[in-house]
Amino acid sequence: MPQRLVVVGNGMAGARTVEEILARRGDFTITMFGDEPYGNYNRIMLSNLLAGVEDESGIFLNDLGWYADNGITLHHGQRIARIDRFSKHVYTSDGTATPYDKLIIATGSRAHVPPIPGIHRSGRGYHQGVFAFRTLDDTRNMIRYARDHERAVVIGGGLLGLEAARGLQNHLSHVTLVHSAGHLMNAQLSAQAGDILRGSVEKLGIEVVTGARTTEILGKHAVTGVKLADGRTIPCDVVVVAAGIRANSEVAEISGLVVERGIVVDDQMRAQDEPDIYAVGECVQHRGETYGLVAPLWDQARVLADHITGKADAAYHGSRVATKLKVAGVDVAAMGLVAPERDDDEVVTFAEPRKGVYKSVIIRDGRLVGATLVGDIGKVAFLMQAFDRGLALPEERAELMFDLGGPSAEVSPAEMADDEQVCNCNGVTKGTVVSCVQGGCKTVNGVMDKTKAGKGCGTCKGLVAQIVEWAAGGEVEVDPAASWYVPGVPMPKPELMRAIREHRLTSVSSVFAKLTPGGDEDAKSKMGLASLLKMMWGDEYDDERDARFINDRVHANIQRDGTFSVVPQMKGGVTTPAQLRRIAEVAERHQVPMVKLTGGQRIDLLGVPKDKLPQIWADLDMPSGWAYGKSFRTVKTCVGSEFCRFGVGDSTSLGIAIEERYQGIEGPGKLKLAVTGCPRNCAEAYVKDVGVVAIDGGKWEIYVGGAAGAHVRKGDLLVTVDTAEEVIRLTGRFIQYYRENGNWLERTYAFVPRVGIDHLRSLLLDDSEGIADSLDAAISASVAAYKDPWQERSSPVTPGQFRTSLPLTVLS
Amino acid sequence: MILGDISDIPLGEGRAYAVDDTQIAVFRLRDGSVRALSAVCPHRGGPLADGQIDLKFVVCPLHLNTFDLATGCSTGDLPPLTVYAVRVDDHDQLILEDS
Repeated sequence: MPQRLVVVGNGMAGARTVEEILARRGDFTITMFGDEPYGNYNRIMLSNLLAGVEDESGIFLNDLGWYADNGITLHHGQRIARIDRFSKHVYTSDGTATPYDKLIIATGSRAHVPPIPGIHRSGRGYHQGVFAFRTLDDTRNMIRYARDHERAVVIGGGLLGLEAARGLQNHLSHVTLVHSAGHLMNAQLSAQAGDILRGSVEKLGIEVVTGARTTEILGKHAVTGVKLADGRTIPCDVVVVAAGIRANSEVAEISGLVVERGIVVDDQMRAQDEPDIYAVGECVQHRGETYGLVAPLWDQARVLADHITGKADAAYHGSRVATKLKVAGVDVAAMGLVAPERDDDEVVTFAEPRKGVYKSVIIRDGRLVGATLVGDIGKVAFLMQAFDRGLALPEERAELMFDLGGPSAEVSPAEMADDEQVCNCNGVTKGTVVSCVQGGCKTVNGVMDKTKAGKGCGTCKGLVAQIVEWAAGGEVEVDPAASWYVPGVPMPKPELMRAIREHRLTSVSSVFAKLTPGGDEDAKSKMGLASLLKMMWGDEYDDERDARFINDRVHANIQRDGTFSVVPQMKGGVTTPAQLRRIAEVAERHQVPMVKLTGGQRIDLLGVPKDKLPQIWADLDMPSGWAYGKSFRTVKTCVGSEFCRFGVGDSTSLGIAIEERYQGIEGPGKLKLAVTGCPRNCAEAYVKDVGVVAIDGGKWEIYVGGAAGAHVRKGDLLVTVDTAEEVIRLTGRFIQYYRENGNWLERTYAFVPRVGIDHLRSLLLDDSEGIADSLDAAISASVAAYKDPWQERSSPVTPGQFRTSLPLTVLS
Repeated sequence: MILGDISDIPLGEGRAYAVDDTQIAVFRLRDGSVRALSAVCPHRGGPLADGQIDLKFVVCPLHLNTFDLATGCSTGDLPPLTVYAVRVDDHDQLILEDS
C-alpha cells in the first residue's frame, strides 16, 4: 500500500520536490496544502509581471490540472495551523485533520516588514497605499493601486527592492528607492560595485537614497510620504516594502520542531530528530545557512526526493551560491565572497563607472573564491564553473574578466570531471576521450575519429587535443597529419600547391596518383582537393564529379532526412514583389514542406527531394544562392542611407555589388559577409568573415575574421577606405589571400588571428611582398569564370545526377 | 537480377536501387570494380549512395560515419551494413547476385 505523503506549502519548493518524487516513481498518495488560492507559480517572475513584460498566464508552473493528472489532492487556500508529530496528523486552521506517513514542510518565506510607525493601521492590515512584494496577490494589488497614483517609495535596496522599483516605473512616474545600508545590494556587492550599480539605476530614472533609515510612514487616511531618520521627508502615495524575507517556520516551531532562523534540517533534509518530517526551500536552515535563491532549492528538492524514494546515499552538502540576474535591467552576477577575508587573498578589480561596468575576482591559493560582475557579465559562465568546481585559473588574471581574443580561458584537463562534456555537438565526455587514449589511441586525430569528439562544429578541438596530451602523459604521438591540408595527402598546403603546380596536376585523381604513397585515394580528402584545384586552375581544372561532396554535386544542402534545401540568390537581402510571388508559387506548386527566412536574409525552401531540384530551379528561374558550399555565401545588408534616418552610407547598393562580383567563389571555408550603413551594425558586419561598416564622412571600415557561430569573434579592422570601389577591390584581395593560404575548413576567424592582422595589413595594403597585383588578378579570373550552377538543370553533368538516393520505387 | 547499365553510375560515385523491400547502394570504384551495401546509414538513416568513396570506404554524407565497402563494417562503433554481391557482366550490365 502506498504511503501517505503530505506536503505543506505549494510554492516552488513544495511543487518542485513533488515533481522530483513523481519523476522517481515514488509510491505515495500525495496531498498538498497551499496557502494561496492558486496552482503553483514562479515567484521569481513576479518582477516581470510588475514590469509588464509577462502576463499572469506566463508565470504559472503547474496549473490545477497538473495536480489532478498526477493524482495529487490539492487543498489550495488552506493554511496548516499545527502538526501533531506523535499521532502524525496535520490540522488546518478550521480543525480538519489529515494523517500522514511522511510529511514535507515547504512553507517558504514571507516579506520582512520592519516595525515602522504608520506602516500598519490598527485592525486593517497595512496602511492604505503600503504593499509588501511577495505574492501574486501583492503584485496584483500593487499594480491596481499604482495605476491611479503618482509617486512611489520602495523601502529596501536589495534585489527585490530594485526589481520592485524598476517594475513600478511601468505604472507611475516617480520612483524613489530608500535603502538603509550604505550601498545597493550590500549582501552581494562591495561598496564600489554597489555604487556603480546605483549609477546605472539612476540613469533609468529611479532616485536612490542610501544610508537612509525610514522612521515613519506619513498620512492620515492614505500614505502621503515617508520620513527618514535625518528628518527628511519624501512625499509619495505608494510605499512598497522589500526589506528582505523571513522563513515561515512558526507552524513548525509551535509544533515542537527545532527552529532557529529556519527549520533546522540534516543532510537528508529531515527536521532534527524527526524521521518522518522533512523540510525544503526557504523555510529551511541547513548547516547554519538559509537560502533565498532558487538554485539551492532545486538541489535540496533532488536530495529530498532521492532520499524519500529510497536512495540510501543521497545527501545535501549545502550550495555554493552563485547568482546571475538582471537587476532592474542591469546585468549582475555574484558568487562567493563579497570582499577579501585574508591578507593573502588576491583581488583583481576593474571599474569603469561611466559605463556602469564593474568586475572583481577574489582568488585564494589559486582558486576562485569570489567574483562580482556588474554591467558586463560576459565571463560569467567560465567564472561560475571555476567557482563551482575549483578549477585552475589562467596565469593572466585579466583573462578572468575579459576575452582577450585568444582561445577561451583554458580549463586544465586534470581539473575536469570525468563526466564533463567536452564535445557538445556529439555528446562526448572527458572520460570517453581518456579511455580512448588508454585503449591505445595516442594521436589527436585518431581519438577524434574514434570518439567523434571535435567532429561537430569543431570549436572543442583544442580542448580535445589538451585532454589527449594529458591522458597520454607525455607519450602523445606527434601527429604529422595535423599539419597536412587534407588527411590523405602528406603535405602542408604550400608544399602541396607547389607539387600540384610542378606536376601540373589538374584533377583530384591525379593528385592521389602522384602525391600519395601507393597512389591511394582517400574519400575524406577529395572535397578539400577539389576546392583547391578549382581555385588554382580555374578553367583548366579537370572537374571529376565524384570528388565533390553531395551538396556540390547537386548544388543544394543535404538535410537530416536526405532531402535538400533550395536557397535562391537574393543579393544583399533585397527582393521584389515579383520575386516573392514567384517563390510563393513554386513553393505551393511543389508542396515544399517548409519555407524559412535564413539568417543571411534569404528565403530557404526546405524538404525538397533531389529529383525535384531541376524542376524547382527551372520554375524559380533565379540563380543559385550558394547556401551549401564552402564558398562565398551571401552579403547581408541594412537599408542604409537609402531609407534609414541614421544611415551614413549606401549599404544595400554596396552589398549587392559585392555579392554580384564574388558570388559562389570557393574557399577553404564558407564566407559570410555583411555591409551595414552605420556603426549601429544592424547587418551584424562586425561578426562576419568580411564586414563593411559605413562611418560618417563617406568612409567605409572593412573588418575581417569575425564570426557569430559556434565561435563568436569580432572582426579585426583591416582598413578604412573612402570609396565603395576600394571596398570591393580589397574584399577580393583578402578573399584571394584566404583562398591561397587558409587551411581546409579553417574559417577566417581562425585564419586572421593565425596570420595576424598587422601582417595582413602589410601584405594586402602596403604590398610588402609584392603579391597584391597577382591576388587581384587571380580573383578577377575566378570571377570571370563564374557560372550559375543551377543551369545544370537542363543538362545533367553525370548520369542520374539528380536521381534520388532515398526512398525509391521498387525495381520489378 | 539486372539492376541496369553500369554507365548509370558515374565513376567514383554511388547510386541507389530498390530491390523487393531492400534499398541497395551500388558504388562504382575508380578501379572499375563495383560494391553493393545496404543503402541506409544505421546511425541516423543517411543516404549512403550520396556519400563519397575511395577504394576502401564510403563516408555517409550526414555525419561522416565511415563504412568498409568490402565488409560493410563501421570504422566507429555502428552496426555493420549488409553486403550484397554485385558484378558487371560482359554486356556492361550491373548484376545483383542471388543471395
